[in-house]
Amino acid sequence: MAQLIKGKTGDWEIVIGMEIHAQVIAKSKLFSGSATAFGAEQNTQVSMVDAAMPGMLPVLNKHCVEQAIKTGLGLNAVINETSIFARKNYFYPDLPQGYQISQFEDPIVGLGKIEIDLPDGTVKEIGITRLHLEQDAGKSVHDQHPTKSYVDLNRSGCALMEIVSEPDIRGPEEAAAYINKIRMILRYLETCNGNMDEGSMRADVNVSVRHPGDELGTRAEIKNVNSVKAMQQAIDFEVARQIEIIESGGSVVQETRLWDPVKMETRSMRSKEEAHDYRYFPDPDLLPLTLEEGLIERLRAELPELPDQKKHRFMSEYGLSLYDSTILIAERSRAEYYETVANDNDAKLAANWVINELLGALNKDEKKLEDSPISAAQLGGLIALITDNTISGKIAKDVFAEMYTSGKSADVIVEEKGLKQVTDTGAIEAIIDQVIADNPDNVTAYRSGKDKLFGFFVGQVMKLSEGKANPAMVNDLLKKKL
Amino acid sequence: MTNLTNMTMVEALKGLENKDFTSVEITQAHIDAMQSARHLNAYITETPEIALKQAAASDAKRAKGDVGLLEGIPVAIKDLFCTKGVQTTAGSHILEGFTPHYESSVTTNMFADGAVMLGKVNLDEFAMGSANTTSYYGNVINPWKRNNGDDADLAPGGSSGGSAAAVSARIAMAATGTDTGGSIRQPAAFCGITGIKPTYGRCSRWGIVAFSSSLDQAGAFARNVEDSALLLQSMAGFDPKDSTSADLPVPDFVAGLKGDIKGLKIGIPKEYRVDGMPKEIEDIWQKGIDWLKDAGAEIVDVSLPHTKYALPTYYIIAPAECSSNLARYDGVKFGLRVEGKDLTESYELTRASGFGDEVKRRIMIGTYALSSGYYDAYYIKAQKVRRLISNDFMEAYKKCDVLLTPTAPSAAFALGENEDDPIKMYLNDVFTVPASLAGLPGMSVPAGVDSLGLPLGLQIIGRPWDEENVLRVGHAIEKSANFKQMPQFIEKIAA
Repeated sequence: MAQLIKGKTGDWEIVIGMEIHAQVIAKSKLFSGSATAFGAEQNTQVSMVDAAMPGMLPVLNKHCVEQAIKTGLGLNAVINETSIFARKNYFYPDLPQGYQISQFEDPIVGLGKIEIDLPDGTVKEIGITRLHLEQDAGKSVHDQHPTKSYVDLNRSGCALMEIVSEPDIRGPEEAAAYINKIRMILRYLETCNGNMDEGSMRADVNVSVRHPGDELGTRAEIKNVNSVKAMQQAIDFEVARQIEIIESGGSVVQETRLWDPVKMETRSMRSKEEAHDYRYFPDPDLLPLTLEEGLIERLRAELPELPDQKKHRFMSEYGLSLYDSTILIAERSRAEYYETVANDNDAKLAANWVINELLGALNKDEKKLEDSPISAAQLGGLIALITDNTISGKIAKDVFAEMYTSGKSADVIVEEKGLKQVTDTGAIEAIIDQVIADNPDNVTAYRSGKDKLFGFFVGQVMKLSEGKANPAMVNDLLKKKL
Repeated sequence: MTNLTNMTMVEALKGLENKDFTSVEITQAHIDAMQSARHLNAYITETPEIALKQAAASDAKRAKGDVGLLEGIPVAIKDLFCTKGVQTTAGSHILEGFTPHYESSVTTNMFADGAVMLGKVNLDEFAMGSANTTSYYGNVINPWKRNNGDDADLAPGGSSGGSAAAVSARIAMAATGTDTGGSIRQPAAFCGITGIKPTYGRCSRWGIVAFSSSLDQAGAFARNVEDSALLLQSMAGFDPKDSTSADLPVPDFVAGLKGDIKGLKIGIPKEYRVDGMPKEIEDIWQKGIDWLKDAGAEIVDVSLPHTKYALPTYYIIAPAECSSNLARYDGVKFGLRVEGKDLTESYELTRASGFGDEVKRRIMIGTYALSSGYYDAYYIKAQKVRRLISNDFMEAYKKCDVLLTPTAPSAAFALGENEDDPIKMYLNDVFTVPASLAGLPGMSVPAGVDSLGLPLGLQIIGRPWDEENVLRVGHAIEKSANFKQMPQFIEKIAA
């Protein structure tokens, strides 16, 4: 749902395109055998190739190519049988070669599209322009010496996928939904871990504004947005800035701007005139990348069920709402957990328990699903006890709390604490008789038309039964007796 | 001059086998010769200690019956090949003192075959030049002199000038070179020795300081065709560390020399008869044609219509690639660093003082050719022409098996000549550049001398991967030419 901004000269539409850099999950770098683990000691994961020693040559890591193809398939995109690595030339101390090996005119992945899920429950399609493979640069470290900068080359040469979107995104909410969906797809495919705080996923956001129906406005590219929240803040700031400029008679300059999360503003990094001339040309050290026959089909066959497929299946197979499905498919492990719980159980009941109770409890404790004290099979066991009337829903919540702290399974707890629901008519009748005998005034009042008092009697019966009486039977028997 | 330095490799191998002498003895003889030839400036770094150690190890290896292809043969390595623990300069100030922690694939192959390294030989800076006059470590002097008594020092050709001069002056039995546009063939011709550049992809480029990645190819200098074949045999082979190296078996080049050339079709490209070509070059070419005809080959006239565009094409592509390849020399990680007040100034000062004029010129040309707005007009157009040049050769090879041309448009020129105008210098490579652009194997064989007594070479260009026919035709020319002249430098010492 497009978000329009009211301005002095009418409504403004926000237009956003995004470039996401996703570090490929791979044991070694894109063109060398060096390790890629995050957080290793500085300059310990650097080969002669990564340090660009004279005479060193790149050799393409086939695993990274497969990861890019998988990701392309996950973005419903065209995979190009032939693609070309090109050099992007610029000088910087953390770029040892003096060029980055990237792909320019012929990327490995072409046009694609994904669905994003918006907070109002609608779904929107966002076009993918391309995905290409490229080397990451090293890291310049500026805070270790008063006058000098240091360079850490551990990251130099790690494989990145740059995923470029069409300018289809219309505001900060859609931008958040887009990056979340991309991250979800990457995680499902296990091609990128999507950790923005570790820098393994980074986004550059191209923002412009226009009056609806007009041509695209001049865009600014915002860098250094390290979280979804920062991205939304940066977009809000940038949109306001651009509208202000245009409405006061100025025009937006095409430039790269840096998000400052402390001052909460974007500021100019370099203008179009200062932009680098990257002098792209095909890397003569590498032959064009031609995919072996059958590779794409083999990888397609190996693809896991993707988030949107899963979402649609949960809705049709389990009869879940779009809302519940969207929550359950957010992570592959979560969806798997849910499906284990739902196995042989009421699927909707299972969804409620997973979403409201389990995820609620984990969320409160800031725990991940992987750290859940309750396994999917155990939660399934609890729901089975509700379904077969062994315990009531209310008792189940107590059992759940006990399971969450002790890690014991539901039937053990029910057994130990004697929480089994009473379904014996005689026993319930005895309690009802007791309640009627203890509350003669209310019985009289009820019988004289105060229907509302029925709830009082139910409560009393449940209290006396310590919550174990089957609520439906209590209802039936109370009605008869009263 | 002892005969220990005047043997061919094949003769030396036989002598070693017969225990006529040891590798240590041959090596020591070369080390001594190197000392008396220092004025040629062929070596940037002499490594006599390494050489004697390797020679002793080789003798021990041989005694155990473990005999490699080059067992105990003292050779020179162009200082563009990275050698583990030995300074590798590429002829540039910017790499002065740079000592690699790794060994190039080609030299690794050679050392595994028992080669002994006498040292690292001089070259044009980053292999950019045709006279070995752009080296930061001084120019190399050709061991040959004109016989007119002018005593002018002559250029050995380039870029592998040190390699050619060393082999010619008998201060290395053979040498490695690299050829980007003629850097093996032209100096071989100028110094009266043989030089072969194999098909692009035959030798690994891993560990060779890059000039122009799509053109650079390692090759061999020796004093005859058989030695060239032997050295190339050792250098060549697939290397998974070089993505452009070819995963093809390497034929037995020496065994391939045994066949004759009867019925082989020799193409004579008419476009190589350039305007103003000295008559002596024309004459030696005709002699070559006659020799091959006499040996039973069939002479075929062919056309390579895009030849005239080869030099301009080369001088877009090679500088474009070099402008990018040389970006890593920034003073940050290794080699020369000249500190400035900030990063940009450090870059500027380092590169301004680290690179010589010719390298700077090519970096600027290449940067321009790749710049946005000029890329299509220069780089892309050059790539298209390169394809046309390549197609010319493939078309010609429908009618013939190899091509025969002069190697260079002149004999060795005096130092200082051609220095005033880069274009004049570039014209030296007019006959060698087209085969480089097409990635074809090419060889220069000494065929005779001009009126001033200077050697002239003939070039044989083959089909891709057909070094065997190139060598075989070279061998036939060698037999007919019976080139026995020696550089005056050697004659002087011998006397």
